[in-house]
Amino acid sequence: MRGITKRFPGVLANDAVDFEAAAGEVHALLGENGAGKSTLSNILTGLYAPDEGEIDLYGAHVRFGSPSDAIDAGIGMVHQHFRLVPPFTVAENIILGEHRDEARRFLINPRQIERRVAALGERYALAVDPGARVWQLSVGEQQRVEILKALYREARILILDEPTAVLTPQEAEALFGTLRTMAAEGRTVIFISHKLHEVKAVADRVTVLRGGRSIATVAAADATARELAALMVGRDVELAARIERAAPPGDAPALEVEGLTVRGDRGEESVRGASFTVRQGEILGFAGVSGNGQRELAEAITGMRPVAGGTVRVHGGKLRLGDPRSAIRARIAHVPEDRLGTGVAPSLTIAENTVLKSYRRPEVSRGPLLRWRAIRARAAELIERYRVAAPGPDTRARDLSGGNLQKLVLGREFSEQPSVLVAASPTRGLDVGAIETVHAYLREAARDGVAVVLISEDLDEIRALADRIVVVYEGRITGEFEPETATVEEIGLAMAGGEGT
Amino acid sequence: MIKVERRLEQPRWLSFAVPVGSVGVAFLVMALVLVITGHDPLHTYKRLFVAAFDGKAAWNDTITLATPILFTGLAAAVAFRMNLFNIGGEGQLYIGAITGSGVAFWLGPHHAKVLTIVLMCVCGAAGAALWALVPAVLKAFGRTNEIITSLMLNYVAGLLLTYMIFDSASPWRDVSTVQTRSFPQSIALQPSQFWPTVRPGGIVIPFGFMLAFGVAAVLWVLFRLTRFGYEMNVIGDSQRAARYSGMRTRRKILAVMAISGAVAGLAGTSQVGDFSHVLDASAQGLQAANYGYTGIVVAALARYNPIAVCLVGGLLGGLQNAGLFLQGADFPSGLVGVMQGIILFATLGGELLIRYRLRLGQRAASAAETAPAAEVA
Repeated sequence: MRGITKRFPGVLANDAVDFEAAAGEVHALLGENGAGKSTLSNILTGLYAPDEGEIDLYGAHVRFGSPSDAIDAGIGMVHQHFRLVPPFTVAENIILGEHRDEARRFLINPRQIERRVAALGERYALAVDPGARVWQLSVGEQQRVEILKALYREARILILDEPTAVLTPQEAEALFGTLRTMAAEGRTVIFISHKLHEVKAVADRVTVLRGGRSIATVAAADATARELAALMVGRDVELAARIERAAPPGDAPALEVEGLTVRGDRGEESVRGASFTVRQGEILGFAGVSGNGQRELAEAITGMRPVAGGTVRVHGGKLRLGDPRSAIRARIAHVPEDRLGTGVAPSLTIAENTVLKSYRRPEVSRGPLLRWRAIRARAAELIERYRVAAPGPDTRARDLSGGNLQKLVLGREFSEQPSVLVAASPTRGLDVGAIETVHAYLREAARDGVAVVLISEDLDEIRALADRIVVVYEGRITGEFEPETATVEEIGLAMAGGEGT
Repeated sequence: MIKVERRLEQPRWLSFAVPVGSVGVAFLVMALVLVITGHDPLHTYKRLFVAAFDGKAAWNDTITLATPILFTGLAAAVAFRMNLFNIGGEGQLYIGAITGSGVAFWLGPHHAKVLTIVLMCVCGAAGAALWALVPAVLKAFGRTNEIITSLMLNYVAGLLLTYMIFDSASPWRDVSTVQTRSFPQSIALQPSQFWPTVRPGGIVIPFGFMLAFGVAAVLWVLFRLTRFGYEMNVIGDSQRAARYSGMRTRRKILAVMAISGAVAGLAGTSQVGDFSHVLDASAQGLQAANYGYTGIVVAALARYNPIAVCLVGGLLGGLQNAGLFLQGADFPSGLVGVMQGIILFATLGGELLIRYRLRLGQRAASAAETAPAAEVA
């Protein structure tokens, strides 16, 4: 790909990007959020047409009018959010949209397809039952289906967009094995990621994107993680390292959860009898693969979701479960996973969102009326104090970038002097700079005596921040670890359902 | 090549310029239709303007036609603002007419006019509010779709209205004359119960019209300044954010539907008190005018802003008035409908221009380059 340029309104997403990957290599595409990785891969898979630039494939100039052109040219993509039909079987999903051979016939022969899928799975160590229905599969298995789909279509170039976000460390390791097998056969694997150690572990070469430009292409073996990080961000950064705490957490229990059982959206038991205590000023990290009950747990503690059983106490006082107001009164702050739809009302202004939880208080409301002048002053103060990059209190929340939005949510939650903070994936989708800021705020909260429940799929983040780590698997707490002494392997084993200590 | 792009910022002046421009475009398109059908557009538009807004008689008719759609427009605006799609304004209007006139029949002519009017308004609004609470309760506690339930209740309300008058045993049916015995009609309000009017400079302004403006002002304050309005905005924008902030969404659904229904009900009460003075269940009566549905259009054009509803409602009243005036042997009533349709289509289509902008393929490159880089997923 040469000189690829793609503009969106107000944004130059790709600016004369040059990128080349050889047959038989795993080539990593490294960059922060917004660096242009997704745009570049969307151009390569025919989803967008570039405004300028050319694509050459095996020496021949190509021009993709649609994604199916790219698929026919042998380019396969595994998206971060899977493109699968849950009620269909694995085999059915694999031939979906396929327009060659047996899949094209009016009558299809499922047995034959399933046999081929099984053979492919064996060859690449992608074990999955071709007759199983997709909704029954784990996230890791669904990812294997996506990869099999690309292989079934004889993709010579496979692009994976942040594939390890949904995997345990062990599953990720297995995936890397598969990718290397594919490269050894002469296929090209393009691995999109912002996790440095993964890039180091699997890639032959690395191309770094920053601000829509290709900055450098280096051999993965020659570059240190620190150098890669500097290339990615454009300056030296502290890699998420543990910072020793100035003051150890206090002894007084702030949040006590006992036998909490919560049902998920489909009525299944998502949290099964979870019990734990968080002390004042302590950060308790919840590690686990996404979808093991973390979301339901956070929502239960904060009253967003009704509870099937168990109790939650804050400083000894029992909470009325399933009632967000009770949690707010107990000063439980909540940084929800879904910032834009839950943490703020997206079409409303910063000012309006500043008082989302406190609008009933006398400082901002007088009888039935709201004191808009006081509210705007508060919003201006919050923008100033938490360095939210926004023109002013009247900017709509949806117009903020992810990092600034998170600063707004955190700032609002901290301004209520919380005693407990439940933070669910607080840095997901943020760039490195914003992640540093959010981490600093979380540490600051703990220093001020807030009991922090940190839920994250990013094990590095948890290891860097938490005073104690618990692992959740299928709604149960399956292990507890000290971050200084536990190894990634031990924690990873517990995340996959193995026994912890 | 023309590209459609989302606007990153929506300048304020656009939300005024685009609707006005859209109406202009609609008149241009309509001119084409008029030429094709053999009418002189300029002449027709002149007659249209004269019929709607030139002279006292024109204004009187426009105000008369605008009064009910102001109420139904405000009713729709209240509910739609919270993403609560109350399509039941039509039925709530019938119920407001029934309960509002019912209390007048019950009171009889020998009470103070003020008392009669206040009771009519209270009962009309309350009856319609209760009617609107049926879909509200179903939505809040049974998660049914309020669009379907409120719409279906319109037919029930229409049949109820017919039954009240066409049932020969109904005490509200006028059986005093031979004519009303064969052509059913309700008993009439006594002149002492008629709603008053003011006549500045000879233009007749009915009480209901003023009441609608009062309701609009109250709603404006409610939306802009109160906690209630703030909660409506949050719930309308994101139910999850509302739950997150501890709002009682169910109660709010009940309250907002009741307010919406009450305002729509006043449209019906005002029809009886201001204009017809009978409960008109005939084929040419309340059920022929579709005020409830027109109100939804008014609210949409006014972007759920109560002050804008007053403006749009007035214009649409004028258009309907002009339509009645224009139609005749040389000007089929269908053309009037076409004209109204084109205006609606253009205005709603114009909404696109507020949220998106059109760009010609090549030239705009420099604009994108100078723009600051923001995050792109």
